[in-house]
Amino acid sequence: MTAANGNGRKDNYLYYPGCSQRATSRAYEKSAKLVGQALGFTLEEINDWNCCGATDYFSVNVLPAYSLVARNLSLAVEQGGTRDLVAPCSACFLNLRKTDTNMGKYPKLNKQVNQALAAGNLHYDPGTLNIRHLLDVIVQDIGFDTIEARVTKPLTGLRVAPYYGCLIVRPDAGYNTEYPTHLDELLTRLGATVVDFPMKTHCCGGHMTQIGEDVALELIRRLVHNAAEYDADMIVTLCPMCQLNLDAYQGQVNSHFNTDYRLPVLFFTQLMGLAFGIKPGDLDIGSEIIPADAALAKIGQEAETKPRQAVRRDKNALPMPSLD
Amino acid sequence: MPNTPNGHTLYQRVMAETPGGDTLITCLQCGTCGGSCPSAADMDATPRRLFAMLMAGMDDEVLKSNTPWYCVSCYFCMVRCPQNIPITEIMYTLKQEAIAQKYFDRNPHTDWAHSFIGYVEQYGRGFELGLATRYHLTHNPLGAVKKTGLMFDLARKGRVAMMPERIENMPQLTAILTEAKRIAGGEK
Amino acid sequence: MTENRVGVYICHCGHNIAGTVDVEEVALWAAGLPHVAVSRDYKFMCSSLGQELVEADIKEQHLTHVVVAACSPHMHEPTFRQACERAGLNPYLFEMANIREHASWVHPNDRAAATDKAKAIISGSVRRVLELSPLEPLRAPIHETTLVVGGGIAGINTALEIANAGHPVVLVEREPSIGGHMAQFDKTFPTLDCAACILTPKMFEVGMHPNIKLLTYSEVEQVDGYVGNFTVRIRKKARKINTELCTGCGDCWGRCPAKVVDNIYEAGIGYRTAIYRQFPQAVPKYPVIDVETCIYYKNGKCKACEKFCPTGAIDFDQEDEIILMQAGNIVLATGYDLFDARRIPAYGYGRLANVFTSMEFERLTNATGPTGGKVVLRDGVTAPESVAIIHCVGSRDKNYNVYCSATCCMAALKFAHLVKEKTNAEVYNFYIDMRTAFKDYEAFYIRLMEEGTHFIRGRVAEVTDAARIPGEEGKLIVQAEDTLVGKQRRIPVDMVILMGAMEPKDDAKEVAYRFGIGCSEAGFFTERHPKLDPVATMSEGIFIAGACQGPKDIPATVGQGAAAAARVLSLIGQGVVEIEPVRAVIDESRCSGCRICNNLCPYNAIDYLEEEGVSRVNAALCKGCGTCVAACPSQVIQGQHYTFDSLMSQIEGLLYDVGNNQNGHVRVMEPEPV
Repeated sequence: MTAANGNGRKDNYLYYPGCSQRATSRAYEKSAKLVGQALGFTLEEINDWNCCGATDYFSVNVLPAYSLVARNLSLAVEQGGTRDLVAPCSACFLNLRKTDTNMGKYPKLNKQVNQALAAGNLHYDPGTLNIRHLLDVIVQDIGFDTIEARVTKPLTGLRVAPYYGCLIVRPDAGYNTEYPTHLDELLTRLGATVVDFPMKTHCCGGHMTQIGEDVALELIRRLVHNAAEYDADMIVTLCPMCQLNLDAYQGQVNSHFNTDYRLPVLFFTQLMGLAFGIKPGDLDIGSEIIPADAALAKIGQEAETKPRQAVRRDKNALPMPSLD
Repeated sequence: MPNTPNGHTLYQRVMAETPGGDTLITCLQCGTCGGSCPSAADMDATPRRLFAMLMAGMDDEVLKSNTPWYCVSCYFCMVRCPQNIPITEIMYTLKQEAIAQKYFDRNPHTDWAHSFIGYVEQYGRGFELGLATRYHLTHNPLGAVKKTGLMFDLARKGRVAMMPERIENMPQLTAILTEAKRIAGGEK
Repeated sequence: MTENRVGVYICHCGHNIAGTVDVEEVALWAAGLPHVAVSRDYKFMCSSLGQELVEADIKEQHLTHVVVAACSPHMHEPTFRQACERAGLNPYLFEMANIREHASWVHPNDRAAATDKAKAIISGSVRRVLELSPLEPLRAPIHETTLVVGGGIAGINTALEIANAGHPVVLVEREPSIGGHMAQFDKTFPTLDCAACILTPKMFEVGMHPNIKLLTYSEVEQVDGYVGNFTVRIRKKARKINTELCTGCGDCWGRCPAKVVDNIYEAGIGYRTAIYRQFPQAVPKYPVIDVETCIYYKNGKCKACEKFCPTGAIDFDQEDEIILMQAGNIVLATGYDLFDARRIPAYGYGRLANVFTSMEFERLTNATGPTGGKVVLRDGVTAPESVAIIHCVGSRDKNYNVYCSATCCMAALKFAHLVKEKTNAEVYNFYIDMRTAFKDYEAFYIRLMEEGTHFIRGRVAEVTDAARIPGEEGKLIVQAEDTLVGKQRRIPVDMVILMGAMEPKDDAKEVAYRFGIGCSEAGFFTERHPKLDPVATMSEGIFIAGACQGPKDIPATVGQGAAAAARVLSLIGQGVVEIEPVRAVIDESRCSGCRICNNLCPYNAIDYLEEEGVSRVNAALCKGCGTCVAACPSQVIQGQHYTFDSLMSQIEGLLYDVGNNQNGHVRVMEPEPV
């Protein structure tokens, strides 16, 4: 999927916030709504939505987990018909999408889930809703050009590592499943310098921070180490779980591995807001555990060009294959 | 130990209960999953080896394995699998089987999952503070001290909800989940 | 008028049909159909005993029509037509009912339904056969010239075999030189003899052969006609070189200032000029101007080549030439494309400089390649100290190609040997299964083990430059599960080679359509029979050879080239070919002369007769496709052997148990449970 030029734009989206937006990632919801306002779209919350089950409900009982998710889909259709349903959290996005896709693909699952929904006088026909992640909506429907035109305070000088995490691209959301570039492009249009970040779709550890800390800390270390190796000033994310793990657990990573990383982790909507001239406080900048102020102070300065390794480009060099 | 509720082997049940799971029969044993897995080092068997054990009828060893519990649901294995086997989803089914057959009745992973589900079934939404407190105090009191510091940091930044949110139509959700469990139970 | 007496024969095909369809019951039932005089079932109808049964019945029971219910007419229609003919019955009064592919094989788990369906199919065939008329096959002389499309090793070999037998060949090649992929290779497995040394003498022989007309930088645009008598339109693209004057001296490309990446011959790893000869041993020796990159065609200036050409052979105004030719037979040897490794992002090709494709490596290690045969990293100077070779890139993978490309294991072993020989680097082969079938291949595998190559059984999960630990920094890290150990391993290396799949040419489906042959879902051309007729196609007179039919190595390709030549020579030797008399016929007395059919005919086989004011079908050009039959507003065009009456009767026969029955006798096939 390539980024569109804003042709698919809509003014009002059905919105599934997910539990984190009401706690650890309030900054994400707040900044997303302000960015929406600036770009002329609103997020209409589904009434009485429930939890998407995260990964844990699916571990214990698969069918109730699908039914739990399907209740949201059914409520969304009741409220908004066939409009696009937007989730800002990658895990919520995955579960909503997975439920819709698998109900469509596997008739037995569809039948059983609808049988369960019927107990609550609900019904959902797979394929009715188009389930999308907030980043996809902003990139595809609004388009890079519109966004760039809205920038009043470009993020010049800020070196950012675009961190997609797993679930926005996998198993299949229409983007490159390993090396997407739409967040890179978005941040470039905001004026930031995007560093190469080979681990951009690797795992943040998910719920392992709670139940298998050693595993999680190693995964977080790999990510932070890689971003630091490429001289990023900060990591930019689009998922509450990724933000929480990389931000809140970075201190533990440092004590566990005897390292000294201090890479702030912000939501992409917060950076959009800054570039649009919205006040940092309104975007809840400052609510991160690793403070972003030092990094943000670089905005406006010339970015230092620090290529990680000198790429030999002399007369002996063989041509590189094009990526087009 | 033969493990055949309803006369089906674990292998057959995993294939039947996982959406798209029947493709497991075409596993090439190529190891793309084990090579991709970010937490493979901590697993007692790589996903590939676990599937070989499953096909060999080593049900007891499979259900005892920590492999599914170390799955972080990153879906790398699934998108790279050359046979399009829904490996991540199979890990969920294996966890479900292990819990149902009391293999992992009480361990950090199931305790967390049960605490999480408890909140969802009680309130309809997750409750991070309650979940973390309940889990770490009952299971991991030492770790709880560290987590308390973290929770305090988050709370100071206004990032912790002090009370769980409860959805309005809880009876409806309860009815749906009860019915789903009844259907799932009837399958076994 | 004699009484109609139909003979119906139900074949068991061993268990293929009898295992699912109740053949005895069907035979008893068919005996009761109107006009059926004989109904039998037999184990193998296609056996000589089975055929003799039909022949005896025709003579003794005075059969007027025959229906054999067995396999696809592709398989045995000719067999039973010949049997009918031997017994004195016109072969076009025979009809094949396919109860294997259409009944037993597709409903293996429902005996009752498959049996019912077999009955319906036979009922349709019996009704149809009664409407058929005796026809005589058309006979046409075979044009002696053969068109060979594709100048790789398959096409070269085919052309030489036919030409050496004394018959004219036109060899068409899209690129400026013949040679194909083999001309890009350095060594060939398992003997490691030099590819150029064994190929170039054959290329030269093609270029010099009095019986071979070589058309390089040319493409076939249109094919009409039928076996023995094809008309072919070829576009000879403008080389911008007068080949009468050119001596191939090379002064022109030596002076050309436009340097571009050569994505074809050098696989993207080397440069060429805008006027170029693909490689020193190119046949023909003449260069070609690439108008896309030539400076003159961009801004009207430069003309350096023209200035320095000692013979005045540069011709900037030269235009494409259209060549029309007649051919009796056509051999397609259009080859393969290498898998585009960018499609697997986890391997980093295009992003990570030192990830190479197999074809890039071929050029790297080739003495005529951009590094003069030195195996170095993308910087052009550093020799690798460790190299990983990844097998099955785009092969054996449902996301790309499900098939095994058959050649990559051996090519990977060859690469491992060459790397070791030239750099003494550590070499790691990552494989799923080592496939070294065929003569002397396994011995080569053992030899590589003895040379100290590492073999790791595990498909590579990812290649990354994200170092985790100090030893990995600045390296490419190849991450895979060593499945024989059962642990994930990360091997830091300097260079990675991706053994890409052999894929159908990107335009294979269009080419298949142009030549009227079939291709598989993947796009490989479909042979008439996978075992017994591997180089013929369903279109008479059109043959296939080499990798266009499926992945294969050089020995197998050369074998197919020779096989295709033998098939062509056999037809040329016969001199005359029999053609199916399935043609459209216009009832001129009722034709209104509207001419709608004229332009719809894909074979230009319908002429409008001005004087009579009617249209007429040229039987020699008509292929019996039926387009005009369907289009005629007056319904005065009939397809012989497929008349309205025969088709309507067949449909009525198929639905014999529908309509009159109010009790829901219609049997609905349940879809397979999901």
